[in-house]
Amino acid sequence: MLQGWVIVAASFAYLCLLFAIAFYADRRADQGRSVIANPYIYSLSLAVYATAWTFYGSVGRAANDGIGFLPIYLGPTLMAVLWWLCLRKIIRISKVNRITSLADFVAARYGKSALLAGLVTVIAVLGILPYISLQLKAISNSFTILAQYPDIEMPDKSRSVAILQDTAFYVAGILAGFTIAFGTRELDVSERHEGMVAAIAFESLVKLLAFLAVGVFVTFAMFDGLGDLFAQARSDSGIAPLITPFEGVASYANWAWLTVLSMLAIMFLPRQFQVSVIENVDEKHLRTAVWLFPLYMLAINVFVIPIAFGGLLRFPQGGVDADTFVLTLPMAEQQTGLALLAFIGGLSAATGMVIVETIALSTMVCNDLVMPVLLRSRRLRLSERTDLSNLLLDIRRWAIVIIVMLGYFYFRLAGEAYALVSIGLISFAAVAQFGPVVLGGIYWKGATRAGALAGLSAGFLVWAYTLLLPAFARSDWLPAEFLSHGPFGLELLKPLELFGLSGLDQITHAMIWSMLFNIGLYIGVSLLTRQSPGEHSQATLFVDVFSRTRDPSTLWRGTASAPELQRLVGRFLGPERAGEAFAAFARERGLTSAAELEGDAELVQSAERLLAGAVGASSARVLIASVVEEEPLGIEEVMNILDETSQVIAYSHQLEEKSRELEAATNELRAANERLTELDRLKDDFISTVSHELRTPLTSIRALSEILHDNPDIDREERVRFLAIVIKESERLTRLINQVLDLAKIESGKGEWHTTELDLREVIDDALAATSRLFEEKRITVTTDLAADVPRLVVDRDRLMQVMVNLLSNAVKFSEPDKGRVQVSLQRRGSWAQVDVADNGIGISPEHQHAIFDKFRQVGDTLTDKPQGTGLGLAICRQIIDHFDGKLWVRSRPGAGSTFSFTLPLEGRASALDAPA
Amino acid sequence: MRKPEIEQQWLVAAFILGAVLFNYPILSLFNTSASVLGIPLLYVFIFAAWACIIGLVGWIAERHG
Repeated sequence: MLQGWVIVAASFAYLCLLFAIAFYADRRADQGRSVIANPYIYSLSLAVYATAWTFYGSVGRAANDGIGFLPIYLGPTLMAVLWWLCLRKIIRISKVNRITSLADFVAARYGKSALLAGLVTVIAVLGILPYISLQLKAISNSFTILAQYPDIEMPDKSRSVAILQDTAFYVAGILAGFTIAFGTRELDVSERHEGMVAAIAFESLVKLLAFLAVGVFVTFAMFDGLGDLFAQARSDSGIAPLITPFEGVASYANWAWLTVLSMLAIMFLPRQFQVSVIENVDEKHLRTAVWLFPLYMLAINVFVIPIAFGGLLRFPQGGVDADTFVLTLPMAEQQTGLALLAFIGGLSAATGMVIVETIALSTMVCNDLVMPVLLRSRRLRLSERTDLSNLLLDIRRWAIVIIVMLGYFYFRLAGEAYALVSIGLISFAAVAQFGPVVLGGIYWKGATRAGALAGLSAGFLVWAYTLLLPAFARSDWLPAEFLSHGPFGLELLKPLELFGLSGLDQITHAMIWSMLFNIGLYIGVSLLTRQSPGEHSQATLFVDVFSRTRDPSTLWRGTASAPELQRLVGRFLGPERAGEAFAAFARERGLTSAAELEGDAELVQSAERLLAGAVGASSARVLIASVVEEEPLGIEEVMNILDETSQVIAYSHQLEEKSRELEAATNELRAANERLTELDRLKDDFISTVSHELRTPLTSIRALSEILHDNPDIDREERVRFLAIVIKESERLTRLINQVLDLAKIESGKGEWHTTELDLREVIDDALAATSRLFEEKRITVTTDLAADVPRLVVDRDRLMQVMVNLLSNAVKFSEPDKGRVQVSLQRRGSWAQVDVADNGIGISPEHQHAIFDKFRQVGDTLTDKPQGTGLGLAICRQIIDHFDGKLWVRSRPGAGSTFSFTLPLEGRASALDAPA
Repeated sequence: MRKPEIEQQWLVAAFILGAVLFNYPILSLFNTSASVLGIPLLYVFIFAAWACIIGLVGWIAERHG
């Protein structure tokens, strides 16, 4: 027989032992000899993860679906592997920024947003309430069952008890009292609770030992080892299917999502954030925690399946809730001591969770929900008070009481509808919503406040719709049609099969939709919105926490008076503490007393951090703003943050510019070089052609002269003929030299020009007269067609004559004697006068039509045909016509004659009038 | 390469190993009624793999510490 008072006494004795441990640890901490500053205590305190839910609920779930509960512990194991990468970063950020809670962390990352802090707090409180009620349910149920010892009777769910007769009510009250005693004895600037951590670590040991004791007893005393137990289980048709629990793809999907869910839970449950980040003494402790904590998880889970199967085998007729096997198996075997130990183990698991969770939540509620509202709405009244530290403590105490009591009422109203594991998972899914904003926030600088608000709100709403409302519906707070047919009969919106997604379990379904909306909106809205400068500086501080060399105070611009700051801090921490802290600042700067401190940016920053430790980052920001003349963080400061980056970018732009310029210069040089090479080649060609052309007449002159010189007796007739040739060749030589000089002059722009106003018809007539002998010699007919409407032009008469004579003599040269016909015409074409000289001679093939205007180019085979000109005539003509801005060209077909035409502008050329040079 | 980077790569590799071992399709290989010393194969596999991951991570973390 186990009397009720024995159980109560044992429970109180246990709680008092906890309190003694906490008291001892706090005293050691005050003496500077911390007991929790070692990695093993840290790892054990992390095991606050294992609650009554683990202690009782895992067995319950294992009795339903075998190892289906394990992802809840495998997830944290996997996450722990990555702790050294991500949790260490969160710890470092929190220490640098004096973060006091998860809400504080999120708010600080996104520009110290009070709105975001409040949202995180609300989600955390609402999400965690079911979890707290679960602990209360576990304690009161186990107490009720144990009090019936040695009978095994399940608590009657249908019987409603008055609140004052309800065990759970007293459990809640006692827990609230203990939590207040543990967590709010005094206000700590860093929100650290050494005594609580020590007590939690001790509780972790107790619950592990209790569970292992029951496990060993069931496996080796009730059964003959694991082999025997599993052999019996295999032969039982009810248990055998649990040995191979996976059926179909959906069961693997549920398994995987449960793993992801618990990976996020181990990071973002408020109590886990409290012990792993806020209470962390030294980040090196993580090195041990990454393997010791998973080892703890493994140890506490080894016997879950044996106990579950053992329970199913021991109570084949049912009637005993599988959630209570840990307690009822020792009871059934009349093991009084072991049953009591199991009860104490469950109690320690539940109390540990409730204490840490409510302390973490009360800090959030106080700093991020109540204080911002009080500070904003009643700042005047608050600023009259000299010491607010007691107010802060009171707010926290009330917050603890209210949270625990809300958990109790949730338990009374909704708790009975679910098994332990299902309730816990609802809370897991709520805190998992923090995953994107926290993990995204420490790795992605671009995430904005609006994105975080949108993602978090959406994830939370979907969570409430798919998990919380169905829970209410099952507790008859909502009509059952809501679940079976959706709201207003909209089947597509059924909370358990949202948008028709079915075949998954409820948690997986809720996780898929909430994460989709959460992450989607978080990323989408972040990309669509811009960060304010303040947000940007916080983002940089968070993401670059390991590489940051800049002191954060350089990001702050503002001044305040030091005494005013000290008074402000004193109001929240108490005047003595503030005095100590400011004296310490003064010492750091080599000053003798706090009175000498100047209210510069660095001191403001330090004061804000002190306040942040007490009231959270967003409240501290509001408080500081009330006494500080803050100059807002301008775009200039933000640019300073980006200084190095922008310098590098600018430098690279300059380099690119330079390289482009160099490339352009190179291209110009290459083109110039090509032009020069071409000119050089042309010059060489010209010289060699000229010398060749000069040598031909010279050679014949010299040869004939030598003949005449060496043969004085040559007959007269012959001599005359030779001399005639010599004269003709000399003339040709002279002409050639004149033309070369002429061309050189025109090309170099040094030609002499004598422009006068003249009538083109006269020039053409004169040219015809000058060449009339040539026509007569070859009996070639010339006809003219000179239009009368062509006005007078301003050109150089002699040069134009030169062109006309050249063209006419060419026409004669290439026309057949007797049959030749040459037509000269003049006409007006718009603002141009055009002269055509057409013959019916041999014509020019198209490929030569361009070449004939080049120097020394004569059409025809120069080897066989005797050259009929110098080859410079047309080149000179083109230069002359070009000089007057006209055009010279030829149209011709071989055998059908050629037409040489040139045009001259009627307006004349301005420069041609007055520029003889 | 610097030591911290090597350590982080080891840890990420260990994480991937764990994620693969504790998921479909590896798990499905052990979802049978076979047993080792009377203990179901799935049960043995998960706890053995779990212990291996813990050992590996412990070795990585403490070696560099």
